[in-house]
This record gives sequence, C-alpha cells and structure tokens, in this order.
Amino acid sequence: MPAARSKIRLHYKWGVSEASFRKILYLAGLILLVLLVAILFSLVVAALPALRQFGFGFLIGKTWDPVRGEFGALAFLVGTLMSSFMALLISMVFSLPASIFLGEYFPHGKVSGFMKSVIELLAGIPSVIYGFWGLFLLVPVVRALETVLGVPPQGVGIFTASLVLAVMIIPYAASIGTEVIRLVPAGLKEAALSLGATRFEVIRKVVLPYASSGIFAGVLLALGRALGETMAVTMVIGNSNFLPTSIFSPGNTMASVIANEFTEATGNLYLASLIELALVLFIVTTVINILGKLIIHKMSTRK
Amino acid sequence: MKRSWMVFLLFFALLGFYGTGAAKEVELIGAGATFPYPLYSKMLDTYYQEHGIKINYQAIGSGGGIRQLTNKTVDFGGSDAIMSDKDLKEAGAPVLHIPTCAGAVVVTYNLGGDPQLKFTPDIIADIFLGKIKKWNDPRLTAINPEVKLAGTDITVVHRSDGSGTTAIFSSYLSKVSSEWKEKVGAGPSLNWPAGLGGKGNPGVAGLVKQTPGSFGYVELIYAFQNKMAYATIKNKKGNFIKPSIASTSLAADTALPEDMKVDLTDTDAAGGYPISGFTWILAYKEQDYAGRPEEKTKALVNLLWWMTHEGQKYAEPLHYAPLSKAAVGKAEKLIRSITYKGTSMMK
Amino acid sequence: MNRMAEISIHRRIMADKLFKALVIVLSLCSIVPMFLILFMIAKNGVSVIDWQFLSHLPKPVGEAGGGIANALWGTLLLIALSFVFSVPLGVFGGIFLAEYRGSKLAYLTRLSVGILQGIPSIVIGIIAYVWVVMPMGSFSALSGGVALGIMMLPVIVMATEETLKLVPDSLREASLALGVPYARTIMKVILPAGLSGILSGILLGIARVAGETAPLLFTAFGSPFMNLNILKPINNLPLTIFNYATSPYPDWHALAWGASFVLIAFVLGLNLITKLVTKRWKVQF
Repeated sequence: MPAARSKIRLHYKWGVSEASFRKILYLAGLILLVLLVAILFSLVVAALPALRQFGFGFLIGKTWDPVRGEFGALAFLVGTLMSSFMALLISMVFSLPASIFLGEYFPHGKVSGFMKSVIELLAGIPSVIYGFWGLFLLVPVVRALETVLGVPPQGVGIFTASLVLAVMIIPYAASIGTEVIRLVPAGLKEAALSLGATRFEVIRKVVLPYASSGIFAGVLLALGRALGETMAVTMVIGNSNFLPTSIFSPGNTMASVIANEFTEATGNLYLASLIELALVLFIVTTVINILGKLIIHKMSTRK
Repeated sequence: MKRSWMVFLLFFALLGFYGTGAAKEVELIGAGATFPYPLYSKMLDTYYQEHGIKINYQAIGSGGGIRQLTNKTVDFGGSDAIMSDKDLKEAGAPVLHIPTCAGAVVVTYNLGGDPQLKFTPDIIADIFLGKIKKWNDPRLTAINPEVKLAGTDITVVHRSDGSGTTAIFSSYLSKVSSEWKEKVGAGPSLNWPAGLGGKGNPGVAGLVKQTPGSFGYVELIYAFQNKMAYATIKNKKGNFIKPSIASTSLAADTALPEDMKVDLTDTDAAGGYPISGFTWILAYKEQDYAGRPEEKTKALVNLLWWMTHEGQKYAEPLHYAPLSKAAVGKAEKLIRSITYKGTSMMK
Repeated sequence: MNRMAEISIHRRIMADKLFKALVIVLSLCSIVPMFLILFMIAKNGVSVIDWQFLSHLPKPVGEAGGGIANALWGTLLLIALSFVFSVPLGVFGGIFLAEYRGSKLAYLTRLSVGILQGIPSIVIGIIAYVWVVMPMGSFSALSGGVALGIMMLPVIVMATEETLKLVPDSLREASLALGVPYARTIMKVILPAGLSGILSGILLGIARVAGETAPLLFTAFGSPFMNLNILKPINNLPLTIFNYATSPYPDWHALAWGASFVLIAFVLGLNLITKLVTKRWKVQF
C-alpha cells in the first residue's frame, strides 16, 4: 500500500527526510557565504561618511587630526608596511633555514618532531603575551641598542614592533616552507646528487628554485598575518600618529590606531575614518591571503 | 547521548534565564577618564561594600567616556574635558557635567637623580612643540642653575587616546603660547608635533618611568604613586608653584558657573597651580531614554549624591582636591535637576 | 685528479658543511624566543599564583591583594558563548563542503571561509560592535562571544571538511545500502568516524580565541566584578594582561605575569590535549 508507506515516519534520532537535511546543509553553506558578504557590506556602509569626504586622498593624506576633522591614513600605511616588511625580512633569516632543516635535513624522527612541536607552540602563543614579553624584554634591549647607536633611547618604536612581529610570523612561513620543500620530487634531487653535487648545491640549485613559489606563498601568508596584528604591535610601537622618519621612530599601524582610538572616536567622521582603515586592512589582507593560497594550490597540483 | 544533550541545553537555558532577567539588582556601567580613576575605583569599591550596588567603571579616556555616553552604551561618562558644542549636538539631549573633584596635571620627567626642576609656561610649550630638543638647552639651565642638566635628548610623551588630561593640558598651553594655539589647539585628541604616545594616564606614566630623558604630563597621583619627579611651574602671577592639594584647591576657588563647565587652567590665584582642572561625571539630564528603568536613574542619582558628599573623604588621601563648599552646592543643584520623565529624582 | 679539481672539490665540501651548520644554528635560533617567553613567564608568574590570586576579584588601584577570579570565569564564559555560535554552524558547514564538493556554492563558501580566516581580529571586533553592541545599547559578554565565534568558525569548518574528506566513500555507501537514511548516515556514521579531527579543530579554535584581546576591547569591555550575565560587560584574561602590563604599577605587572602564566598554561594544555585526542581517537581506514 504505497499511500500508507509514505506516511510511515521513522521515529528515531535524525529521522528527518533526506531533502530537509540536505536543505540544512545547503543553508549552512549559504550562511557562511552571506556572513562574509555581510561583513564587507557593514564595513563599507559604516565607512561611507569618510569615503565620501576624503575619497582616494584618504590613503595619501599625511595628517590625522581629530580636532580639525582631517583624516589621512598615510602615516599608518607607512607604519604598517614598514613594520611588516622589516618583520618579514628578519623572520626569513630564521624561517627559511628552519624550513630547510625540517624539509631536507631532518624530515623525520625525534629532532624533527621536537622542532615541529615547538614551532607550532610559537604559533599558539597569544598576541597580548607577545606584546607583554616585547615590552619587558625587547624594549630595554632596543633601548640599549639605540643608546649605542646614538639614537634617542626610546625603546619603543617601529623597529621593536618589527622584532616582535618577526618572532610571531616565523611559524607561518616555516611550516609552509617545510611543506613545499618536502614536495620537491626525490627523483630530481637524486639526479643531481648522482651527478656529484653536494647537499648544499642540491638545495641551492634544485630544491629552492623548485620550491620558490611555494616559499613565496608562505611569505605572503606570513605577511597577511603581520599586517593585521594588533595587540603586540600597539604595546611596543610608540603610538605616534606622525609619519615615521626612521626605523627607530615611534609610529602606528592601521590595526594599532583602531585599537587605540575606536572607543573614543567622537563624531561620525572620526569613527567612519577608523572603519575605513579597517576596510583597507580587510581588503589588503584578503588579497594577500588569496594570492598566497592560489600559489600553494598551483604548486600542489603541479606535479 | 540524549541525556547529555539535555544537560547541555539546560545549562544554556539557565545561563540565558539568569542572564536576561532574573538578576534584579541594579548595576550601573560607566566609562571615561583615567584622570580620576584611582579615586573612582576606590569610591566605587567602597560604595559597593556599603550599598551593594555594582558600578563598573572602565577607564578608557575622556574621549571614550563622551563617545559611549553619546552612543548610550553606558549609564554615565567620566571626563575632564568639557563636551564641545559638536559633541553636545551629537548627544542630542542636554548632558550635565557634575564635578567630583579637582586634580592637577603635572609635568613629569625621567632624569637621573630625580632633580626638582622649575619650568615656565613657554618652555613647556616649546618642548611639546619640538622646538626645545635637549635637556641642557640654555633656557632650561637658566631657570634651573643649581641642577646639572646633561645634553640628552628630550623624549616627549603624550596621550595616544582621547583624553581629558590632554584637554586640560592643551587648554593651558593654548593660553600661554599663541604658537601652540595656532599650530595645535586644545582638545582631547590632538595632532601632536612630536613624541611617543601612551594609552591612558597609566600608559604615559609607564613610558616616562621607563624611558630615560622623557618628559610627559599625567595627573598628580600617577606621578606620586610611581615615585616620579614632577616640576614646579610658574603661574600667571609669577610664582613657582608645586602641584599639591592646596595649590589645586586654590586654583579651583574661582567663580563657578551654574553648569560647572569651568576651565581652571592658568589661574589668577597667587598660590594656585596653573594646570589644574575639575573632572566631571557626565549624565543625561532627562534620564528616560532608550527604555531605561526608573531604578537605574534613582541609583545613579544616589551614587552622584554620595560621590559629592560622603565620597569626598577619599579624595585627599589620593592627592585629589575635594570639592569646595561652593562647588558641592552647585553639584547638588545639578543632581537635583536630573529628571525621569520630567520629575526630579531627588528633592 | 689534478690539483685544481682537488681544491675546488674541497671548497665545495667545506661550503656544504658550513651551510648545514648555518642552517642548524639559525633554525635553533628561531625557536629560542619561545623558550625565552616561557622562561620569563614561568619565572615571574609562578610566584604570583596562589589560591588568593585565583579566587579574588581585582582591587582598586594601589591596593594589594587583587586577583583574577572574574577574568578566569569571564574567559570561560566567552569560550562557551563562542562555542555555541561557531560549532553547530561550523560543523554543518564543514559537512556541506565535504558532501557537495564539486558544487558552485561549495566553491564560493570555501573561498569565503578562507577569507574569513584571514580577517584581522580587530576588524571582527568592529563588526561585533556594529552588529551587537550598538543595537543592544550596551557592552556585553554576548557581543564578545559573537566576535570570538566568527573567529572560531573558519577553523572548525576547515577541520570538519578536511576530516570528512578522509573518510572513504565506501563507508557512506555501505551505510546507505543498508537502508540507513541519509541524515542518520552522516550524523551517526560519517561524523563519528571523523570525530577526532573535528574535535581537534574545535580545541584548536578554542586555544586561538582564548588569547584574543583585540576583538574584546570594544565588545566585552571589562569589569571589576564577577559576572556571569551574558548581557553585561565581562572581564577576561587577555584584557587583564593588557591593562595590567601597560600600567606603571609594579604589583599590577606581577599580576599580569601570573595571568599570562595561567593563559599560556591553558593554551598549551589545549594544544597537548589536541595531540592526544588525535592520536587516541583517530579512526584508521
């Protein structure tokens, strides 16, 4: 009796029909997509007053003057780029060797396991603790360095922020670098070795060139992380809204100035300007992240 | 599995229930100035011990206090900056400035040996303008002949957040230096010509304390509690005054307008400290907004009354100048004018 | 072999040895900061932690004897809230991505989740302020939970998807062939098979948000009192560390070290538990 059978409800857990369950799944996927769009939309809407008022000049304006209502983001863009790029350079000195260490010399075994765990833990330390540590350990060290160099011994500044950022992004560049170095086909390496190359030469001439785009992707993703970092930076960067004149100047990054001034932005234009900074941050980090992921995707499907 | 889900759901139901309505005790939220924070945290803790009402005050700077009060996300704001006309327009309704105490903005510095230095107004302005760059500048050595000042750089420290302390300080600088008035102006958030930024009075104090050769401005108690040296400043009448409860009270002993929105800087009083200021609690005059219940208004009014009367005894031990009788009188009038749906909450 | 060739080979071998030494030294240097951090926190933090520290509320400025009790409970409550907001949606989202691998919506969703993961935490804090604090008219634990939930979502979605992709199709087909309805197949057969991966994703997500400060600056707001009411402001560990560390008072610095110790112990503990979970509960195919 077909009619009766269609009325049979299976009364146990998850006895929903396949159609409704699939709808729920679809809904979940849709919500995630809508969430992102909603975030972008909210940011744009909230930043509208500033977008309309300043237009493109916002990005090249040098003055951030809440009293007169003039908001230009150049000082923060420069501060962000300076600190992030310096952090990248400093961290590469350590993350690249670490990738080679884990990818080539010690791919398996206890040493490898230990290094990997430690690097993972580095990634897990909260940002505010990095800032705290930076404030109490790095700042006095940098201050001593500045005294030696004859620069005002402020301790805080863009250089100090770069140091903290460098330590924070080592794990990101290192883990991706390790993965791509491991992906280099053994055949290629063995061919070079059988021709008489030393390990160093194999790495220099075969492995690194092959993995270069992947390493670059790792660098990009690390950059994305550094650009958005807030707490550790705001604790050691000196919080000056002025265009930095040297690497030891105090400065500010976009994320740091938002953290400093958001709760007190009096006036809609001020608030909208801060949100426009957040929008710029959002777009820049998104572009960099997508680029990095694309490169890795191409690398892993290349073989 | 089923039972654990039920327990889970029950837990969250309880959380939600407890969270959204069951708790009937009135609590107040305030935010704002770091200038009076040591005093407020003592006052509010005592008030809680004595009256059982929790008042959560977060010191995020006067700018924050004004903003959050305008957004109506807090019950009252704390500020040492008087709300500008633009701020008031944004708030949309009259906001009362009820004074709680007066304090002194001191200039503090980090020099070996913590010498007691004298400053004149123009020197302070020029240092913050970036024109005087070294400690052994002739103008500094001229008025401090007995102190050996080295040729170290002066590192200026200012506020990175919107600050009433900055408002008081910059109002003073605008009065004594026309260049400052033109280039920078007065207000809670400024386009500083030089220096490092610290968050809140504690941030500035921390930076000055740790940076040799630095020069910043903080409320008196912060310099005092951290055993930092602070300067004697020449006032309008030509006397060099050390910041203290006495000199602050003298500066506060001036004609008080009904709305208590008065600037105490560059005082005419002979013994008055030139960078003094009141700090206020900001609250809407008409408290029936955003669905506020009457109990909250009652609680707020009682709190304000207590702070301006019994609470005043906590001011002096923390080096704040308590309100003079005249000031208390004006404060009482302001508190009595707080209304809920048009009726005054306190007779 | 002539002399020139010998020297050149010798040089190359030396270069090789030098390079290896350099790599090892620099790699070890890269992990030195972690030990420095842990050492400093252990040294300064252990002495601060006692029962009073863990069970008392903060004291007014300048008075001794404060504690972090409300911060501890606040962090736990915020984690619970972010769990509620992110786990159901995240798990179902991950199932969707695993089941509908090829579809257009899945591609877009996967892209969105990837982008969400990269959004700086302060931007998410602003979103939570605009979406929750402003309409509500007050700071609250709820808004903090929303912010942290958005941050946890991508981690859980991606962990779920990755784990479920590894479960072989044969399991699903066998279950369906036996007449088990689709929904039940997914929830009672496939999902439990991938439980270890999903659980580790959740734990890692929690470890990540437990230490987040930026999004809580203008949502949870902070409080000197103990509070379990989700509609009110709430204190939490990272915010406490931030406030105390940037203050000039030495006894507040000491409290910050103690709080850092607790926080790091929590985060590292979660990481360790995750490893154990993956090892023990992983279903091998």
